[in-house]
Amino acid sequence: MSFPILTALILVPAFGALVVACLKKSRPELVKLTAVLTSAVTAGMSIWLLASFKTGEAGYQFTSQHEWVEAWGISWHLGIDGISLFLVVLTGLLFPIVIIGIDPHHDEKPYLAWMLLLQAGVMGSFLSLDLFLFFVFFEIVLVPMYFLIGGWGYDNRIFAATKFFIYTMFGSAFMLVGIIATALLAKNDVGHFTFDLVQIAEHADFAASTGRWLFFAFAIAFAVKVPLFPLHTWLPDAHTQAPTAGSVVLAGVMLKLGTYGFLRFGLYLFPEAANWSKPLFFTLATIGIIYGAIAATMQRDLKRLVAYSSVAHLGFIVLGTFALTSQAMTGSVLQMINHGVSTGALFLLVGMIYERRHTRLISELKGLQKVAPIFAAAFTIVMLSSIGVPGLNGFVGEFLILIGSFETARWWTVVAATGVILAALYLLWAYQRVFHGEPDEVNSDFAELKPREGGILLIFIAAIVFTGLYPKPMIDRIEPSIKSLITHVEERSDYKAPADDSANKHHMSEGEHE
Amino acid sequence: MIATLAAVAPWKAPTIDYHALLPEIILAVGLVVVLLVDLFLEERGKWLLSSLASFSFLGAFVPVVTLALSDSGARSMFDGRFVVDDFSLVLKGLFILVGYVVVLLSTTYVEEGDYYRGEYWVMMLTSVLGMVMMASSRDLVSIFVALEFLSIPAYMLAAWRKRDSRSNEAGAKYFLLGVFASAVMLYGMSLVYGATGSTLLVDIGASLDDSRMTSVRVLGIVFIVIGFAFKVSAVPFHTWAPDTYEGAPTPVTAFLSVASKAAGFVALVTLLYIAFPLASDVWQPMIWVLAALTMTVGNVIALKQTNIVRMLAYSSISQGGFILMPLAVAGTNDSAQSVLRAVVVYLIAYAVTNLGVFGIILAVSRKTRSGEIASFGGLFSYAPGLAALMTIFMASLAGIPPFGGWFGKFAAFQSLLSAGGGWAYTLAVIGAVNSVVAFGYYGNVLREMWMRPAPDGDESPINAPSPLVLALGITTIGTLLVGILPGLVTHFGDLASLTGAFGG
Repeated sequence: MSFPILTALILVPAFGALVVACLKKSRPELVKLTAVLTSAVTAGMSIWLLASFKTGEAGYQFTSQHEWVEAWGISWHLGIDGISLFLVVLTGLLFPIVIIGIDPHHDEKPYLAWMLLLQAGVMGSFLSLDLFLFFVFFEIVLVPMYFLIGGWGYDNRIFAATKFFIYTMFGSAFMLVGIIATALLAKNDVGHFTFDLVQIAEHADFAASTGRWLFFAFAIAFAVKVPLFPLHTWLPDAHTQAPTAGSVVLAGVMLKLGTYGFLRFGLYLFPEAANWSKPLFFTLATIGIIYGAIAATMQRDLKRLVAYSSVAHLGFIVLGTFALTSQAMTGSVLQMINHGVSTGALFLLVGMIYERRHTRLISELKGLQKVAPIFAAAFTIVMLSSIGVPGLNGFVGEFLILIGSFETARWWTVVAATGVILAALYLLWAYQRVFHGEPDEVNSDFAELKPREGGILLIFIAAIVFTGLYPKPMIDRIEPSIKSLITHVEERSDYKAPADDSANKHHMSEGEHE
Repeated sequence: MIATLAAVAPWKAPTIDYHALLPEIILAVGLVVVLLVDLFLEERGKWLLSSLASFSFLGAFVPVVTLALSDSGARSMFDGRFVVDDFSLVLKGLFILVGYVVVLLSTTYVEEGDYYRGEYWVMMLTSVLGMVMMASSRDLVSIFVALEFLSIPAYMLAAWRKRDSRSNEAGAKYFLLGVFASAVMLYGMSLVYGATGSTLLVDIGASLDDSRMTSVRVLGIVFIVIGFAFKVSAVPFHTWAPDTYEGAPTPVTAFLSVASKAAGFVALVTLLYIAFPLASDVWQPMIWVLAALTMTVGNVIALKQTNIVRMLAYSSISQGGFILMPLAVAGTNDSAQSVLRAVVVYLIAYAVTNLGVFGIILAVSRKTRSGEIASFGGLFSYAPGLAALMTIFMASLAGIPPFGGWFGKFAAFQSLLSAGGGWAYTLAVIGAVNSVVAFGYYGNVLREMWMRPAPDGDESPINAPSPLVLALGITTIGTLLVGILPGLVTHFGDLASLTGAFGG
């Protein structure tokens, strides 16, 4: 048996969290070293995973499966495919960056322990191919985030942490019922009682109405997590009050648990229901795009503005997911990564502004470009990526989503496209107010980027530019899994992917032979 | 008259399987020894009593293990009125273990308490003896005797701090409502006996079925269920619980909220599975309503509490609702098996977690001398170990994986949904929403410990006495084990192991 790399990806950070928790508080350098090493090992493993991932294969790779509770068909079943690959890599890389790059204001030891536990939970959620196991990790993720927001956040942190927890737990309560019901109802089709995702998805044949109920039980949990309008209200609070690292992780990988959940569980388990309900999701996603953008324009707090922009960006991802064309869905997966990188970087930058000025209010900031030009340049690149300017990563994802969705969700796409313009509006306007003009007295000693901050931002910017200019390696790895998912949906519902999309498929596969 | 009785059947001495009775015998001997030794001990030697009590529990645990390992299957005595099967062994083991942990929790409390120590241990041993008997009782009379056996010492334990008016109130309330419940139950039992002509549960089960239901039989079942609803503090029969829990000495509260509640559930399960399996149309709707009310009301009131023990009282009411939840479909043939399993798993998970919570409360209140939730403020900064353990216990009670409570909840939902149908789904959704609401108050404790400063800035460390540390160790390991390796406990609740259920 080969090395169980996926199991290691979960257990190494979990074990690291345990070690950090057991170390002495009086040895902070040892605590930090352990945390950095653990996350670095995890990062190394995720890069190795990326390198040895077989491009062009649609199925699950590196799978490992062990019985856990035999009586109930629960197993430790992990696997990775094109949909989860980059999310796992992003999780692997983002955590060491924030652990090295951002110091908490107090109590470093528990902070690092929660951080590593969070990484283990997120990894587990992206890797699980067992419904029970997924739910366990999906819930575990909440706890460290709750403590990170509540313990290391800003003034109103306790309220925000509680709101975050209650919202997400409310969603997952329905999913728990849904998961159990799914396994029970699939028992006859599968032949035995199991929570295995692949077995249920391949064999179960739910009646249309049953499937729809079950789908919505899952969808509520994911919609809260994404968050989809109108369940998004926890997000601005959580983001604003969370410590910088918390915001980066929240935007970077945690929100993707929702969009990933729609792809991995919603569409895969209940294709008929997903296809049937897609107008609802198009509508909610489009409302999210426009509403998020408008709300972002109105914000006085820079961090809140970025939080609302997340609502808008995730609207695009949901739109692409339910468009059910290979372009749109590939774009969605790509955009999950892009949003993680660029919004993560934006939160990092806002965090740096707060460290220097102890305010995030746009009205308090002025003329920063004059005193900190390099900082301003970094902010510009990240901002342009978030807006979706060609040549940077945001454009690739949004463009794929929009052309892909145009075929199956034409009018929603037309409305959604205006969201791109609005994004330019709120971000550029904010930039103008914060960076342009003459700095007043309090802003005139705004410090320039420090080497450590610059180094971290450089990693983000490199990812932004690379993906923007040469997205092919990513698309090549994502697309086969997406196509097989679409075929899965086509076989199990009356949905037919548009004809020119399959022509495009043909073209793409030719390209691969070259 | 005696002559006619003698003429009916010549009395024959029953064969007694002493091995099967050994746990009860050891506990009985233990309590007599403690009682006698107490008489001859000087004040400074009284610490010996707690050791004697704990050795009695450990001693009683040995035959439970040997019985579980022996291959002779279920042992039935007294015409099937006292049965030692796997189901009863698991619960006997649980009761004895809970008794042992409560002794550990009480040791320091009792030593420092300046009240009669000997009696405390005697009461505790007697009550556990009643519970252990309850697990094997398969007859209305023996169930009732076991119930009184376990309740009466518990009333006295609740009032143990006799110079404290709240402890008196606790005992009085518990006693009055307890005997009232017993009376209702006894009335039901007499009706059932009148209607079926037998007190043996298996005989009752054979003659009580939905097709031949009369109003007397229905009334009998309803009264018995209501009697147990009092015992397990199901809403609307829960009113005694908060006052009793708050007023009673804290270790006693731990004992009542775990062991005494579990005993109530054990009796209820035995009755539903063996005596009323064919009358499920009568009790299923009742249990459904009780479960839904208990979870919801318990939760909502718990949200408003500021005293931690009172909050835990309501939390334990609502946890009781979760245990009742799967029982609402226990009469459905397909799910009967998994319901039984779920109830047993839930009882085990809840017992270890809740005892752990009380262990922490005892440790913390040694320093803070307060029962307010706010007194946990900043616990993490001066007692990180206790705070971490409390986090595990609270997360377990709230049903967050991978801890024991989560697996209990999962098992409960799984068995409930396996029955299918709109009623089951509705109850599952009510349960799911309640499990979120519950986080409101469990999270409150977490918030105090991790996110708020210590009240009046007192950050001196806490020295937990060693019995308490041992108790916390046992409960933590239990909580983690049930959650991470649930396979260990799932097979305890197999239907086959409850002898007599569904004709088995």
